Amino acid sequence: MSNENSQGEEINHFRRIVYIWIALSVVCDLLFWFLVGPHVPPGRMTSSAQGDQLDFNILFVIGLPVLIGVSEWLVYAAFNWNAKKKDTPESVGGPRAWGNKRVEVSWIIVTSVVVVCLAGFGIIELVALQGAGGGEGPNPIWYPHGAIQAETAALAGTGTWSPNSNDVLPVQVIAQQWKFTYRYPTFGGFESSELILPDDTAIAFNVTSLDVIHSFWAYQLEVKADANPLENNVAFTRTQQLGNFVVRCSELCGLWHGAMFNYGTVVSQAAFEKWATTTEAANAANTKNLAPFAWTYVPDANGAAGGYYPDGNVTPYSPTEIYGSKQPS
Amino acid sequence: MTISAERPTEVDDKGVDPPEFIAQPKLRRHGLLGQHLGTAIVCGFLGYILGHWLGNYVASGYPYIANSGQNSIAVLLALMFMVLGWLIGIGALNYPFAKMLGREAKGEVEYQGWTRYFRYNLDHKVVGIQYVVGVLVFFFTGGLLAMAIRTELLNPTVHVFSADTYIKIVSEHGTIMMMMASSVVVGPLGNYFVPLMIGARRMAYPRIEAFSFWIFSAGYLVIFSALFFGGFPTGWTGYAPLQTQAGPGMISYLFGFAIISIGMMAAGFNLAVTIINYRAPGMTWSRVPIFVWSIIATAALLTLASPVLLAAGLFGILDKTVQTAFYVTEHGGSSYLWENLFWFFGHPEVYILIIPGFGIISHVVSTFSGKPVFGYLAMAYAMVAIGFLGFIVWAHHMFTVGMPLNLQAYFVAATMVIAVPTGVKVFSWIATMWGGSIEFKTPMLFAVGFIFLFTVGGVTGVVLANAGIDYALHDSYYVVAHFHYVLSLGAVFAIFAGFYYWFEKMWGVRYNETLATIHFWLTFVGVNIVFFPQHFLGLQGMPRRSIDYPAAFSYWNRVSSYGYLVALMGLVVFIAVLAEAAIRRRAARANPWGAGATTLEWTLSSPPPFHQFNELPVIHADSH
Repeated sequence: MSNENSQGEEINHFRRIVYIWIALSVVCDLLFWFLVGPHVPPGRMTSSAQGDQLDFNILFVIGLPVLIGVSEWLVYAAFNWNAKKKDTPESVGGPRAWGNKRVEVSWIIVTSVVVVCLAGFGIIELVALQGAGGGEGPNPIWYPHGAIQAETAALAGTGTWSPNSNDVLPVQVIAQQWKFTYRYPTFGGFESSELILPDDTAIAFNVTSLDVIHSFWAYQLEVKADANPLENNVAFTRTQQLGNFVVRCSELCGLWHGAMFNYGTVVSQAAFEKWATTTEAANAANTKNLAPFAWTYVPDANGAAGGYYPDGNVTPYSPTEIYGSKQPS
Repeated sequence: MTISAERPTEVDDKGVDPPEFIAQPKLRRHGLLGQHLGTAIVCGFLGYILGHWLGNYVASGYPYIANSGQNSIAVLLALMFMVLGWLIGIGALNYPFAKMLGREAKGEVEYQGWTRYFRYNLDHKVVGIQYVVGVLVFFFTGGLLAMAIRTELLNPTVHVFSADTYIKIVSEHGTIMMMMASSVVVGPLGNYFVPLMIGARRMAYPRIEAFSFWIFSAGYLVIFSALFFGGFPTGWTGYAPLQTQAGPGMISYLFGFAIISIGMMAAGFNLAVTIINYRAPGMTWSRVPIFVWSIIATAALLTLASPVLLAAGLFGILDKTVQTAFYVTEHGGSSYLWENLFWFFGHPEVYILIIPGFGIISHVVSTFSGKPVFGYLAMAYAMVAIGFLGFIVWAHHMFTVGMPLNLQAYFVAATMVIAVPTGVKVFSWIATMWGGSIEFKTPMLFAVGFIFLFTVGGVTGVVLANAGIDYALHDSYYVVAHFHYVLSLGAVFAIFAGFYYWFEKMWGVRYNETLATIHFWLTFVGVNIVFFPQHFLGLQGMPRRSIDYPAAFSYWNRVSSYGYLVALMGLVVFIAVLAEAAIRRRAARANPWGAGATTLEWTLSSPPPFHQFNELPVIHADSH
C-alpha cells in the first residue's frame, strides 16, 4: 500500500485491461448483433421463434463480454506477470493479496444485479410469449386469448376454426416409437402424418405419447414439448411466416430415435382450410375406426412395455379427463 | 511460509485428541498369500455363477420371463452375488463378520511392498493410489467409447455400427463417464490429500474408506457388464418407461448406479467426519486449505444426493424384475417419477464432479502465482453455496416435460443464481493471478485452461438456464457441448491440474515437464475442436443420441471427429508421461514448487512416510 510506485502501476494495469475489454466487447457485440444476430436459428417463423432469437442474441451480447474479459485477463496475466519475463516485480504480498472486502462485495453486487436482471428478463419473456413454445403441462396458466375455450370445445367435439376468425387452432401431436402423427380435433379429429398449419394463427399443440417419452421438436417453429404417455403437454405458438419446417424427436426413445422425424408446412389460412376439409372428407372412413378424440390414449392393455405387464387391469382407450370437460362416450 | 509443522511444544491437548494409529501394524511382505485382487476375482466369478443359477432356478417359470426368454432376475442375482463375492474375496467383510460372530476382530494386516495395492488396505495413501488406477480404467473405457461415437458420426449414414449398437455405446459412454467422474477427484486426491492437508494421521473410518473403493470398482464391473447383457438403450439418464421396455442390460445400469451410490455415500461420510474431527491442533475452519473446503462441500452432496439415486435405482430394479410399476403410468406409476428422482440426484452429481475441481484450481493458481488465494472465505462460502443451490435447481434439466410455467420461472431464477457464487470463484482465481509472478508449469497451464473452458461452459449455461431459449436447445448438441465444456473439459482439466500438481508427492518420481506441456496443448486444442463445433450443430437443430443425421450437419460433425484424434494423441502423450516417469525414476523433491506451496502435505517427504505426522503439526497462522 505504501509503495507509491507499485500502486501507480497497478492502476495502470487495471485501466489497460478495462480499456481493452471495453473496446473488444463493443466491437464483438456490434459485429455479432448486426452480422450474426438476424441469422441466429431457428429464424422467425413463429412468435416463439422470433422471441427466442431475440433472447438468444441479448444473452449472447451479455455473455460475450464476460468471456472476452476472462480470456483477456488470462492472456494479459500470461504476458505481464510471467515469471520468465525479465524484471518482473515481486508478486504482490501482504494483506492486499489475501483479499479486499470492497472489491469482493462490489463484484458480488454487480454479478447479482446482472443475474437478477437476466432471470427477470427470462421469466418475462417466458410469460409474455405464453410459454415461449415450451410444454406447459396439461393445465397451462399462460395462454393466448381464447385458447382454453378452443381446447375445451375441441375435446367436446364442438370446436370450429375458420380463416380470419382469429381462433386458436388446437392440434394434437401423438408420438410413438418411431413416428409422429397429428390429429385435428376441430375438423372431426382426422389423423394426418404431415403437420399442416395455417399462417398468422395461434396454435395449441397437445402433445402426448403412446409408449415411451418422446419430445416433439418443431425446429423452425421453436416449439418443444415432451410427449409423456397418458399426459397431455400443451405448448403454444403463433405462426407468422409461410414455409416448411422439420419435426424431430428430441428425447431418446429407443432404437430409431434418430429416424423419428417428419416435415410440416405453414400455408395460408385459406389453403389450410381447403386442405383440412378435403382431408377430413377423404379420411372420414378411417377416422371412424380411430379411437374417439381424447387428450391421451392407452394404445392397448399391454401399454408400452410390449407384453411385459399382464393384461386385464386397464380399459383400452380410456381418455384422461382434462379441463373438467365431459369424457366422450 | 506461514504454516509451521514444528514439534507441538505448547499444545494444550484439551479437546484435541491426537488420533491413534490405524492398528499396530504387523508389516508383512508375503506375496500372494491372503486375500487380494485375485481372490476377489475368483469369488466374484463364483458368486456370479451361483446367482445366475439361483435366478434361473427361481424365476424361469415366471410368465413374462418364459415369454421373453430374458431372465432379468437371473442377471440381477448374478450381479448381486458377484459384488458380494468380490467384497468377500477382497476381505472387505472380514471385520464386520468377525464382530457379528462375537469374535474379537483381529484387525487387518498392513502389507508393505507392491502387493498392498491389490489388497483391502486401510492406508488412505494406498486407497488414493488404488483410486487413481480405478478412475483411469473408467476414464479410458469411456474415452474409447467416445472414439466409437465420433467414428460413427464422421459420416451422416449408418456406416460402422448398427443403430442398436450405437445407442448402447452412447449410453455406456455417458454412464461410465459420469460414474467415473463422481469419484474422479474425491476418490484419488480427496482420499490421498485430505488427511495430509489437515494434519491427520489417518482417516476417521479407514475400513469404510477402503470399502468405498472396492465397491466403486465392483460398480465398474457391473456397469460394464451391461455390454454383455445386450446393453441398454436409454442413455445415461435412463428415462422410464424406455427403461422398463429395455432388455436385461438395463439391470446392469440400475444395479450399477445403486452400487456406486453406496460407494459415494461411504466415501462422502468418511471424508466429512475426517475433516470435522481429525484436523490438527490449530487447524481452525478459517485455516483449512480451500481443497479441504471443496471436499467437505462435495462430501455433503455425496451423502445427501446419492441415497436418492439408490432409491430410484431400486424402484427401477423392482419394475424390471418383479413387475412393480413405479415408472409406468398406465399401471398407476408415473414416468415423471424417475425423471424427478434422477435429476434430483443428477444435478448435485454435476457439482460432485466440479466442486473438488474448484478446490484444486485454487491451490494451483495460488501456488504458481506465488500469492495466497484471493478472498479465501468468499471462496469457501461460494463452494458451500453452490453445493446448496445444487439441490434446488434439478428441474432445469427437464424444462420441456410439461411443468407449469410458474414452476419453470422458479427454476429459471434459481439456476441463474448459481452464476453468482460461480462468478465469485472465477473472479477470485483471476484476482489471485493479479500482480503475481506466474510460473506456467503444467499444472498452471491446465488451471488456466480450466478457467477459460469453464467460463465458456458457464456462458453457454446461462443461455440454457433461460427456459425460453432452452426450448430451442434442449437435448440438442448445444447441450452436449455445454456439459462437455464444464465437465469433460472442466473437471478433466482440473483433475489433470491436480494430478500434475501432486505428481511427485503421490508417486515419488518427477514427470517430464516438456512431455506434460505437449500433453496439455494437444488436449486443449483437441477438445476444443471436438466440442466447440457442437454448439453450431445444436443451433442448427441436431438432436442428441441419434446415429444418422441430415447431410447439412456433416461438416461440423467431421471437424468434431477429427478433433477427437488430436485429443487422443494428447491421451497417448499422457501415457508417455507416465511411462517416462516410471522408467527414469528421478527422485522426487519434498516441495517442488517452492514458497508458493504452503499447505501441510509439502512439509512431508515425497511420497509421504507410512506413518505421517508422528508428531502432529501445530498450525499457528493462516496459510492463505
